[in-house]
Amino acid sequence: MPRDDVTAETRQSFTKVGTRPLRPDGVDKVTGRARFGADMAAPGMLIGKVLRSPHAHARIRSIDTSKAEALPGVKAVVTRDDFANRTDELRDILVNVMAREKALYEGHAVAAVAAVSAAVARKALRLIEVDYELLPHVIDVEEAMRPDSVLLHDDMFTAGVDPVPDQPSNVAKRCEFGHGEVEKGFAEADIVIERSFRTEASHQGYIEPHACLASVGADGQGELWCCTQGHFMVRDTCAALLGMDVSRLRVIASEIGGGFGGKTTVFIEPVALTLSRKAGRPVKLVMTRDEVFRASGPTASTSVWVRIGVTKDGRITAGEAVLKYQGGAFAGSPVEPGAMTAFACYDLENVRAIGYDVVTNRPKQAAYRAPGAPMAAFAVESVVAELADRIGMDPIEFRLKNASREGTRSAYGPTFGPIGLVETLKAAKAHPHYSAPLGNNQGRGVASGFWFNFGGQTCVSLNINIDGTVGLAVGTPDIGGSRASMCLMAAEELGIEYDRVRVIVADTSSLGFNDVTDGSRVTFASGMATIQAARDAVKKLCARAARMWDIPEDAVVWEGGYAKPAGANAGDFQPLSLRDIAAAAAKTGGPIAGHWEFNAENAGPSFATHIVDAEVDPETGRTSILRYTVVQDAGKAVHPSYVEGQFQGGAAQGIGWALNEEYIYGADGKLQNPGFLDYRMPVASDLPMIDTVIVEVPNPGHPYGVRGVGETSIVPPLAAVANAVSAAAGVRLTSLPMSPPKILAALEAEKGAQAAE
Amino acid sequence: MRYEAPERVETAVSLLSGERGLARILAGGTDLLVQLKSGMVEPDLIVDIKKIPEMRRIGAENGGFRIGAAVPSAELSEHPGIRALWPGVVEAAGLIGSTQIQGRATIVGNLCNASPAADSVPAMIVAGAIATVAGPQGRRELPVEAIAAGPGQTSLAKGELVISIFLPGRPPRSGDAYLRFIPRTEMDIAVVGVGVSLTLGEDGLCTAARVALGAVAVRALLVDEAADALIGTAVDEAALERLAAAASAACRPIDDKRGTKEFRIKVAGVLARRAAETALERARRN
Ligand SMILES: Cc1cc2nc3c(=O)[nH]c(=O)nc-3n(C[C@H](O)[C@H](O)[C@H](O)COP(=O)(O)OP(=O)(O)OC[C@H]3O[C@@H](n4cnc5c(N)ncnc54)[C@H](O)[C@@H]3O)c2cc1C
Repeated sequence: MPRDDVTAETRQSFTKVGTRPLRPDGVDKVTGRARFGADMAAPGMLIGKVLRSPHAHARIRSIDTSKAEALPGVKAVVTRDDFANRTDELRDILVNVMAREKALYEGHAVAAVAAVSAAVARKALRLIEVDYELLPHVIDVEEAMRPDSVLLHDDMFTAGVDPVPDQPSNVAKRCEFGHGEVEKGFAEADIVIERSFRTEASHQGYIEPHACLASVGADGQGELWCCTQGHFMVRDTCAALLGMDVSRLRVIASEIGGGFGGKTTVFIEPVALTLSRKAGRPVKLVMTRDEVFRASGPTASTSVWVRIGVTKDGRITAGEAVLKYQGGAFAGSPVEPGAMTAFACYDLENVRAIGYDVVTNRPKQAAYRAPGAPMAAFAVESVVAELADRIGMDPIEFRLKNASREGTRSAYGPTFGPIGLVETLKAAKAHPHYSAPLGNNQGRGVASGFWFNFGGQTCVSLNINIDGTVGLAVGTPDIGGSRASMCLMAAEELGIEYDRVRVIVADTSSLGFNDVTDGSRVTFASGMATIQAARDAVKKLCARAARMWDIPEDAVVWEGGYAKPAGANAGDFQPLSLRDIAAAAAKTGGPIAGHWEFNAENAGPSFATHIVDAEVDPETGRTSILRYTVVQDAGKAVHPSYVEGQFQGGAAQGIGWALNEEYIYGADGKLQNPGFLDYRMPVASDLPMIDTVIVEVPNPGHPYGVRGVGETSIVPPLAAVANAVSAAAGVRLTSLPMSPPKILAALEAEKGAQAAE
Repeated sequence: MRYEAPERVETAVSLLSGERGLARILAGGTDLLVQLKSGMVEPDLIVDIKKIPEMRRIGAENGGFRIGAAVPSAELSEHPGIRALWPGVVEAAGLIGSTQIQGRATIVGNLCNASPAADSVPAMIVAGAIATVAGPQGRRELPVEAIAAGPGQTSLAKGELVISIFLPGRPPRSGDAYLRFIPRTEMDIAVVGVGVSLTLGEDGLCTAARVALGAVAVRALLVDEAADALIGTAVDEAALERLAAAASAACRPIDDKRGTKEFRIKVAGVLARRAAETALERARRN
């Protein structure tokens, strides 16, 4: 099958794409019929529970499970001894799933039980005796980088520095991006501002806790039902950790109650499978909210230093950043994308971003929407706002003057193709929000953001049913309305109605490998595979029509849902509908199906510009978000409502991260707020209706011009809100979250400083 | 764990006093069920009081109202009489959780859970609310501020339960108000709470006042110094200034995940002044 035709001319006119039909999974979700991770049951099922370390850092001298095993109703107990050690790239995942020598954070799994009821399982956990040798811990990223810090891993030698250090440290890696000569650039500047910023770890906050049902039979065949963003990844990882052939494990993705990146790895799934294998019965394991906070993956907390220089007329001469991200107890914080994206919005001659990936005694971070980018944008866009203010230039004008555009050599290396930053800036500037009046104690903030977007391995099947309806099987869990978009694209290609296409997220045995739903890739990559699978099916449909008419295959064209004779035979026969050809399939060669498998490239980055108005109560430091507008490039909005939903969701999560969400640790290294009461995500009444503007600058890498939209929307809000709050309060806030005590303290400090002058 | 749902106060008392192990009273359950689920308490006996008719009633009495211990706060919000007489108590009860929570949550549960941050408690204290308690020794009455002893601790003896709250009548030109600080708009626990009640004389001067603070000490505080700042004044700028200072000075807060000490002290003053302004406005209308 030719693979190079996929980037053919971008299509311009559509009949289905761009409309807003109801999502196929909508009714199930609002009526409770949809089955999520915890909704599956099996005959003879046991309940699994995990014992977790109460200590932030401790050596595990021994684990005695004998009393738990002796408790009636307990069918299996597993510890580190039930998982074969590894030295390969899955080692960190293994150690995170079940602690080995040390408990590396409070909440780290140390044992698990499967029992006939939750009550018995809970009782059994209390009977497990773990002998811990307590160790000092480190939570803060700057502290963890000090030479005298507590060490998590005595075999961690910073990668990316030459020569490799001879002492271990908590710095897993150093990375650097940029070009030009920053010192020369700063010398050319009229004004240089440098500042340090801090952000706290935030959690994706998905409503559905991690949940799975695992069943491994006596024959070694396994089945796993779970909520995940990528069941192929779950299958491959679990099979490797359990030493199973990949073909012996089938993973079925349940409906998913949110993921936002946090469900792109495994936590409980290998444990449930191991328990099931040991017990010989199905095991259901569901995390509590407390466990989700303590033991799944929030994002990194960060410390970022930024320096930017400008000329008086508003040209940025140099930008420099040093980013330190702690990503929990293992290497892999998203500092690299942070450093890469920090200056991506700007066309800079001289730019440098240096990143440090740091480990601390916290849960292993997991991806969170545009991993690493929001914190970097917070720092850079705050300084950009301050610079615009200092030179007396409108902040959007200032950005336009320095914006990346087609042909810009990006700060992280590649040269941009067609991109939509300038278009978002112009649309923001023209938006009525931008010129609306502000009242007392109110401020307006603006920020732009960038995300790469991803393509990745994708495989799709499209089956033509006997009645002319279509069954579409994709391998990417639907976390944001993607099934509706797939149906629209298939219907567009086939020329049939939207509701004639039914799409499922097929299990791992039904399709070739699919990368996880991440990188805002699904509407782009699975969408492109759907379009190509439909085109593949069309080719076969035309061949069947040719056979029915007894004319050459290339003398048939597909138009508006019909096969029509073309060329010399044009007009000779009545066009055949998809339904006609499908009905005759048994007599013309059997079933008709289209397929496509590829490794999608050229995902096409998406840029956004956000405008936000905030009001700060000067006496209490409390912030209200009054108005919010998201302007973002979608390339082509296949289903505009769900594109808008992504824009709004990113803004809502970003507002929470900016204002009140944070992981709060006690001096003992224990998380103080593992629940939604004190982990303060915004509630509906905290937010205004978030206005959206979809900009469409087609991505040449997709037949319809689609760009991913799911992640860029969370990149600008931290900075946009900080700029608005700083303007409203009259003092620059550099530390997130901007909770009322922090704002009030900043206001008092400012008052003190003014009084002293 | 045993569950009982008696229909008479006396049965509830004998169940509670007869239990050898740990007994817990279940009103709306919005605190208790959360505590059960998280394993914080493992009672041997749960006595549900919602089936006791006497505890489900709101009745007018001596110019005030008697509110049964099992009356959910949503019913207070819908009661025109209580809304007119003690709007501050109603607005405090109306802040508890959300619409769903208020369909269950009771002000007596709020009081007896003994959280220093309980919203309705400062409002009830400034209203001079009286709790009627039933126990093996019969019934007794005590001011609501005498119920909580410390976080999670009450002064109730074994076998005792609160059966009703009495909100007294009040003179003309009186008003009350409750304000709390939370960083969000709802579904949060007060970082500071302030209740103010005051009465004006015919000359517009304040003749009586009560000020109570929540979430700034181990239990809600009735702050006489803050009330004294208002009494005898026209509740003018200077009086409000002194009120704020007295409220701040009375705080004995802790630093925790919900707020710092300095923040609580400062905001207690700010809210005291704002609540007094609302109470004043209401008093002038009555
Ligand atoms: C989501 C959520 C949000 C919340 N938000 C708030 C809030 O904003 N503000 C706030 O103050 N609280 C809040 N709460 C806490 C709770 O809702 C309130 O404290 C509520 O008023 C408790 O009333 P209840 O009837 O549900 O009490 P229950 O849970 O039934 O009882 C609470 C305690 O009081 C005891 N008790 C109950 N009745 C009696 C009695 N008659 N005599 C003696 N002891 C008794 C119980 O044994 C128990 O220890 C929230 C809770 C939830 C779950």
